[in-house]
Amino acid sequence: MSAIRSTSSAPTLPFSRALAPARAVESGWHRTVRRFRRNPLSVLGMGIIAMFVLTALLAPFIAHPVERNPYMMPHSGYAPDPQPPRPGHPFGTTEEQFDLFYGIVWGARTAFIVALSVIASAVAIALVLGSVSGFYGGRVDEIVMRIVDIVLAFPGLILAVVIVAVLGPSVRNLIIAIAAVEWPTYTRLLRGEFLRVRDMEYVQAARALGASDLLIIVRHVIPNTIYSVLILASLNMGSIVITFAALSFLGLGVPPGYSDWGQLISLSRNWITGTAGDPFTFWYTLIIPGTAIFLFVLGWNLLGDAFRDVFDPRLQGSR
Amino acid sequence: MTTFIARRLALLPFVAVGVTVLIFSLLQFLTPAMRASLYIHDPKQLNALPDIIRKYDLDRPVYIQYWGWLRQVLHGDLGWSETAREPVADAIRGYFPATLELGMYSFACILALGIWLGTAAAVNKDRALDHLSRFTSISGASLPTFVWALLLLMVFYGHFGWFPPGRLSLDADLYVRGGQFHAYTGLMTIDALLNGQWWIFWDAVRHLVLPVATLTYYLTAVLVRITRSSMLETLRTDYVRTAEAKGLSHHVVIDKHARRNAMIPVITLGSLLFVGLLSGVVITETVFNLPGIGRWGVGASQQLDIPAVTGFALVFAGLLVLANLCADVLYAVVDPRIRLR
Repeated sequence: MSAIRSTSSAPTLPFSRALAPARAVESGWHRTVRRFRRNPLSVLGMGIIAMFVLTALLAPFIAHPVERNPYMMPHSGYAPDPQPPRPGHPFGTTEEQFDLFYGIVWGARTAFIVALSVIASAVAIALVLGSVSGFYGGRVDEIVMRIVDIVLAFPGLILAVVIVAVLGPSVRNLIIAIAAVEWPTYTRLLRGEFLRVRDMEYVQAARALGASDLLIIVRHVIPNTIYSVLILASLNMGSIVITFAALSFLGLGVPPGYSDWGQLISLSRNWITGTAGDPFTFWYTLIIPGTAIFLFVLGWNLLGDAFRDVFDPRLQGSR
Repeated sequence: MTTFIARRLALLPFVAVGVTVLIFSLLQFLTPAMRASLYIHDPKQLNALPDIIRKYDLDRPVYIQYWGWLRQVLHGDLGWSETAREPVADAIRGYFPATLELGMYSFACILALGIWLGTAAAVNKDRALDHLSRFTSISGASLPTFVWALLLLMVFYGHFGWFPPGRLSLDADLYVRGGQFHAYTGLMTIDALLNGQWWIFWDAVRHLVLPVATLTYYLTAVLVRITRSSMLETLRTDYVRTAEAKGLSHHVVIDKHARRNAMIPVITLGSLLFVGLLSGVVITETVFNLPGIGRWGVGASQQLDIPAVTGFALVFAGLLVLANLCADVLYAVVDPRIRLR
């Protein structure tokens, strides 16, 4: 919290502040909340994500696990045709009778686990490479940034497809593949931030006091770069889940029956034309998982935009 | 100008080498026996696997292997694809036209629609059209390509029956393979016209509408955002105000003064758009059963057809290097400040 205060607390602001005397003593936190609440779309995004977080956390209570591995969707029988929503199966069942409701609820958990693991790995790599690269510069910086350029030049999905093809499909390998695609973005961002912060007065002050490089990086530089990482990560959550679902949809993902939205959508592929008389007979097999993934990504996109508006110091004061 | 392009050209080999190193290092996760499959051109050679491993140094240090592999790739020898049942190089030649056709039409639609909508949104800021464009870009960024593609199929193929998946209908396909049809370019729409077969042309177009629409919606969203913000910035500049003050008509100011300068960041990001297009092509081809490189690559990845996957990655990497070069050159052509630097 201290970082927000230091960038937006009242005393450091120009005197235009005096025009609003009622809020003269407003703390940084209140200011953040007020700014956040002003945009109805941010609130909507927040609401959507809160709903998904609750669903993911309470998954065992919302959809009681039947199989030994709770991520495997229960299925009643092996009848090939999807069945419409009915008591016991509020969202209907897919081909081979996997329960859609169960898949959606536990799929939210899968989405969070995958996205957070990818971001955690990407940030870990970026912290090491970005700090070495940005803080010390020189030849190391040159080499790291050229590697970043090359990986970034490659279409993410295709690189991920190649990595999964080589490593073999599993949730863990998918996370590795997507992290391998995402780390350059974070490395580039963190390097830039390190470069920016490196020459700040407080870093020089710390150095003058005799602090070691490691201490300066951990105590002074990283805390001041974390907000830009947070903004990027929140904008990135949605696209990571889309990539994961896309790989799953392409048949390069999780094992059959694993709760994952991409797989649910690929299970609908054979049924989109419906029956002879009614083309929309099996609408639920596509619309329900499609809506889940759309809302998830939309929520993160709205929230990411809001975070950017609220936290980005360059935009502060402009609103 | 020439020095600028020469400098960019000099950089290309490094990027190309970097990409091959990237692909090759990924292959190192495989066992020597699996990597040996890269050098097999005929399933009969499988018995001689140990000999192949020895012959191609697959049990020797990495840099020796890399050099051997690179030499072979440069000779156009990419191994045998089990999923396509032909050498990888031939498979690429066979699948590429469908991908090119899809990408070409989509890119044209994306550019036209994206730039138009982006400009219109900036000019009509905070009016209905702007809200429409914002809605398109937010929803386009949030709706995965494959969900959108399946929705389109559900409505326009399932319900209306207008636009079927695949590349051609059965009778058209039979005619094309029948021997009287001459494949000049491999692009079905153009070949049909060159052969004077209008019905095949219409059939090919009918099969292209939905895939092109899918890619267009997904990528226009990105382009509209870039164009709009760049255009808004340009509209605020002094020279635009001067042009307005001189009494020039609104259209001249927008089309001749503002948009040209607003296009500069759009071109820089155009190569990014191309990257998105390549990713999108993979999914679109799979959903619509188009026999292109993307669908073949995905099928190969599912079945551990490593030579095919390598070939697929190399083709896309090559396209990408080419696109970056085009963007750079175009950038210099459009903006004299770059050229003269």
